[in-house]
Amino acid sequence: MEVKDIFSYDWSYLLPEFIILGFATFLSLLDLFAGKRLGKQVIGWLAFLGTVIAAIFVIINMNALDKPYSYMIDMIRIDDYGNAFKLIFLAGTAFAILISLSYLKSGEIQHRGEYYYLLLTGLLGAMVMASSADLITLFVGLELLSLSSYVLVGLRKKSQLSNESAFKYVVSGSIATAVLLFGMSYVYGLTGTTHIYEISFRLAEAGMAGYQFLVYTAFAFLAVGLAFKISAAPNHMWAPDVYQGAPTPVTAFLAVVSKAAGFALIFRVMMISFFNVSDGTGSGRFFFEEGSLYLGLMAAASMIIGNTMALRQTNVKRMMAYSGIAQAGYLLVPFVPPTSLFFGEVIFYLFGYLLVSFGAFAVIMVVSREQETEDLKGFAGLYHRSPVMAIAMSIFLLSLAGIPITVGFFGKFYLFMGTLVVENYWLAAIMIITSVISYYYYFGIIRQMYMRPGTTEAPMVVPKGIWTFILIMAIATVLFGAFPGLVTDYIQIHFNPSFDFGNMLSPSSQ
Amino acid sequence: MGNILLSSLVFSPLLAILVMSFIPGRHAGVIKQVGIFGTLPALILAGWMFGMFDYETANLQFVEKHNWISIPIGMAQAGTVFAFEINYELGVDGISMPLILLTAIIGTLAAIASWQIKKRQKEYFILFHLLLIGMLGVFAADNLFLFFIFFELTLVPMYFLIGIWGYGEREQAANKFLLYNGIGSGIMLLAFIVIFVIMRTLNMDEITAILTTPGHPITEILTPEMRFGIFLALFIAFAIKLPVFPFHTWMLRVHVQAPPSIVMIHSGILLKMGAYGLLRMGIGFFPEQAYDFSTWMAVLGIINILYGAVLAFVQKDLKMVLAYSSISHMGIVLLGFASMNTIGFQGAMFQVVSHGFISALLFFLIGVIWDRTQTSLLDDLGGLAKSMPFVSGVLLAGGMASLGLPGMSGFISEFFAFLGLFGRLPVMAAVGAIGIVLTAVYLLRAILKTTFGPTPGRCTGLADAQPMEVIPMVVLLGCIILIGVYPAVLGNPMQQALKTIVPIVTGIGG
Repeated sequence: MEVKDIFSYDWSYLLPEFIILGFATFLSLLDLFAGKRLGKQVIGWLAFLGTVIAAIFVIINMNALDKPYSYMIDMIRIDDYGNAFKLIFLAGTAFAILISLSYLKSGEIQHRGEYYYLLLTGLLGAMVMASSADLITLFVGLELLSLSSYVLVGLRKKSQLSNESAFKYVVSGSIATAVLLFGMSYVYGLTGTTHIYEISFRLAEAGMAGYQFLVYTAFAFLAVGLAFKISAAPNHMWAPDVYQGAPTPVTAFLAVVSKAAGFALIFRVMMISFFNVSDGTGSGRFFFEEGSLYLGLMAAASMIIGNTMALRQTNVKRMMAYSGIAQAGYLLVPFVPPTSLFFGEVIFYLFGYLLVSFGAFAVIMVVSREQETEDLKGFAGLYHRSPVMAIAMSIFLLSLAGIPITVGFFGKFYLFMGTLVVENYWLAAIMIITSVISYYYYFGIIRQMYMRPGTTEAPMVVPKGIWTFILIMAIATVLFGAFPGLVTDYIQIHFNPSFDFGNMLSPSSQ
Repeated sequence: MGNILLSSLVFSPLLAILVMSFIPGRHAGVIKQVGIFGTLPALILAGWMFGMFDYETANLQFVEKHNWISIPIGMAQAGTVFAFEINYELGVDGISMPLILLTAIIGTLAAIASWQIKKRQKEYFILFHLLLIGMLGVFAADNLFLFFIFFELTLVPMYFLIGIWGYGEREQAANKFLLYNGIGSGIMLLAFIVIFVIMRTLNMDEITAILTTPGHPITEILTPEMRFGIFLALFIAFAIKLPVFPFHTWMLRVHVQAPPSIVMIHSGILLKMGAYGLLRMGIGFFPEQAYDFSTWMAVLGIINILYGAVLAFVQKDLKMVLAYSSISHMGIVLLGFASMNTIGFQGAMFQVVSHGFISALLFFLIGVIWDRTQTSLLDDLGGLAKSMPFVSGVLLAGGMASLGLPGMSGFISEFFAFLGLFGRLPVMAAVGAIGIVLTAVYLLRAILKTTFGPTPGRCTGLADAQPMEVIPMVVLLGCIILIGVYPAVLGNPMQQALKTIVPIVTGIGG
């Protein structure tokens, strides 16, 4: 393949990225020059507007393209796989901005302008991670997201906890990045290219040529490095500290957008690169045998560690962090090995997780703000003080636990189906058992809200904006739980016809 | 057919929920009235449908079917999209119709018994009606997915009803309930999804048809070992609910800690969901495997009978006596199933309905006694016959029904169950029959201790039953005697449905 003249591409397909980039730049300049005069809310609303416009262009792209569009040998690649993830990132960032608008009023964060455009640059990083098939671009996207997140986590400058968690995040994040790069260097060393589709063929040749051990080593390092972003075992240790220390909207951003980006990357890099490598016996494919088994062990470990450690937590954000580790474990299940249900499963589950996480974190934010503690006991008697908040929170928790009729239940049902189609009974069994264990701590919050007396009976004051947001999330959680077909059909109609494995796995024709 | 009769029945409690949610919580009296009258639509519809029910056919009646969810597999083959379909399917046959009526009757009576609820009446009745929807739905569902959703729908309200309105150790009881039943549901879900991915349908009738057709193409995938595995999973799932011996501890706690009105529901209906599932799915889907397993079922049944009876004899708490008595009586259900013939099945289903009425009556009486004496310990009770002759009389009658006095429903069911088993496993039946003697011993001990003998101070000068309390007693006792003297009222509708299961079983058993 030869590189075309840079102006011969139709750059309009990159509009979503350009818009986010433009808004980030514009907002930083605006903050710099007019920050004093403008209300900080304005910057927040503009950032929100940016995500909405970008989302519209993503949808336009989805309709306009019926096959992947590639820039510079897949340096950037617009396909349905990426578009689906991008919609999730954009929605996640938009939600983070919405819940921040009321959160930041308290003046806890001194640098509000930075806050919003760092969210946007993080988003841009995530979007690049979802729409590239080249290790270099992917890595740049990953770093853009990571660096933005590091700053966001430490944004509560006056809070020791926030500083501590930012520091931990930077250190452990850098180590993970180093591990990832180390893995990538093996891949590059074996193949001499960073183009994932090229890698796919050359790695297979390298495997045949007796470098199998190096191929496996590369796989292991990549897996461990990528596990960091999705906070899956064995690279999950940072999550509780960081989730606890970060401002709550940032925690939600990390839990959803950053995690989803990690999943987008894992599939793109791991699956495609190693697709053609044959396994040790030469009769099957490495990725579908040992490789996915390795990911399956990661999934199992994450589910077990996340769900059992969460039992002991008294800080609700730490608990959500362990819950998030477990959720990462569930989300790894469709990778073991990927089936034709894979895409629908992952997108549906992420969609549900998006609604539920933001809902739950919004409630946590309101409650911990009002009670001035993030302890579980802060939820005591919530039902008597604000029934709507308590009921909404219960819905989110039931969804995380996977109890009908919520979007989380169908998500898990879908995952079960996917894993039982390939007769992975052991993974399904672990998923079931750990899910039941998780009931205990999810219902721990519910117990506090309904069955324990709070320190006060006075009605809780919830800002109107966030109240509406939480209510909408709760309704959506139940609605899509009762009619999951709305989402599965959307995925089927808008993504699947042009998305299948053949399309995904082969380089674009241009 | 545009038939929505069954849906209206199942969802009729929603009406009461809707009305109640607009009544402020402080109007406890109004809420109680709405709560009680809100159960009437279901009762009237159930009674009407029972009247219209056609005894002559084994087919499902009042069938409803709508498309609900489709899960695309994503591979379009020759232009058609291949998808897993999940439909909304309701229907009743001769087994589920009586159970729906039972549910509706006990639902109304338990709502009347809930008159004694003294705190947070609004929440109580809303949850109560949600529970009612779940229970009605379980018996009306003709689709495994729907069945599972309704099954789980009973879980969450029960958790709250035990945990908020129970006695001293209510929260532990609620947790134990949740975890045990969570495991049960998890195993059940696993079995359902395995069935789903292999057979591509969740409709119970279709599954039964596929599984019981000799030489169906599915046989190649579904080896006998696999069939046995699924059967065993279903058996364990429903055994936890029933409960069968090693899985019974949660149920004791619930019986002791939950408020009397909820124990009426729990003992009267929720345990029966286990029996229903076992017959409909365990035996109905896998008759061959059930036949092979039936000796074990009989053994477990005998353990249940004897273990329950012996332990009931040494209990100091009247509630515990009845809880163990329930275990013992559920053993008879297992024996009936183990007989694998029409008479035995009929005995088991009779026992299910009859025990539903009897235990609801007995627990209602315990509630009445507790209301006056604040105790249910046998040592603290005595001589109630003097001050509460009516209550004592009904208690004695209920006890007689429970120990199988001819002319009451308990006799008929035990007679049929043992008659069935004697035809197949005479030794087992003989051993099991010892349980009947023990039942008489422990029940008479407990009831005589309560109603006669020395009268402790707290048991003097108590008010006899109020009109509000007389209604449930009379209705329940009436049902018990009606089934006792005219068993055809129950036998006729069941006849055809049981006849369709049995030939398959005996055809295999020879």
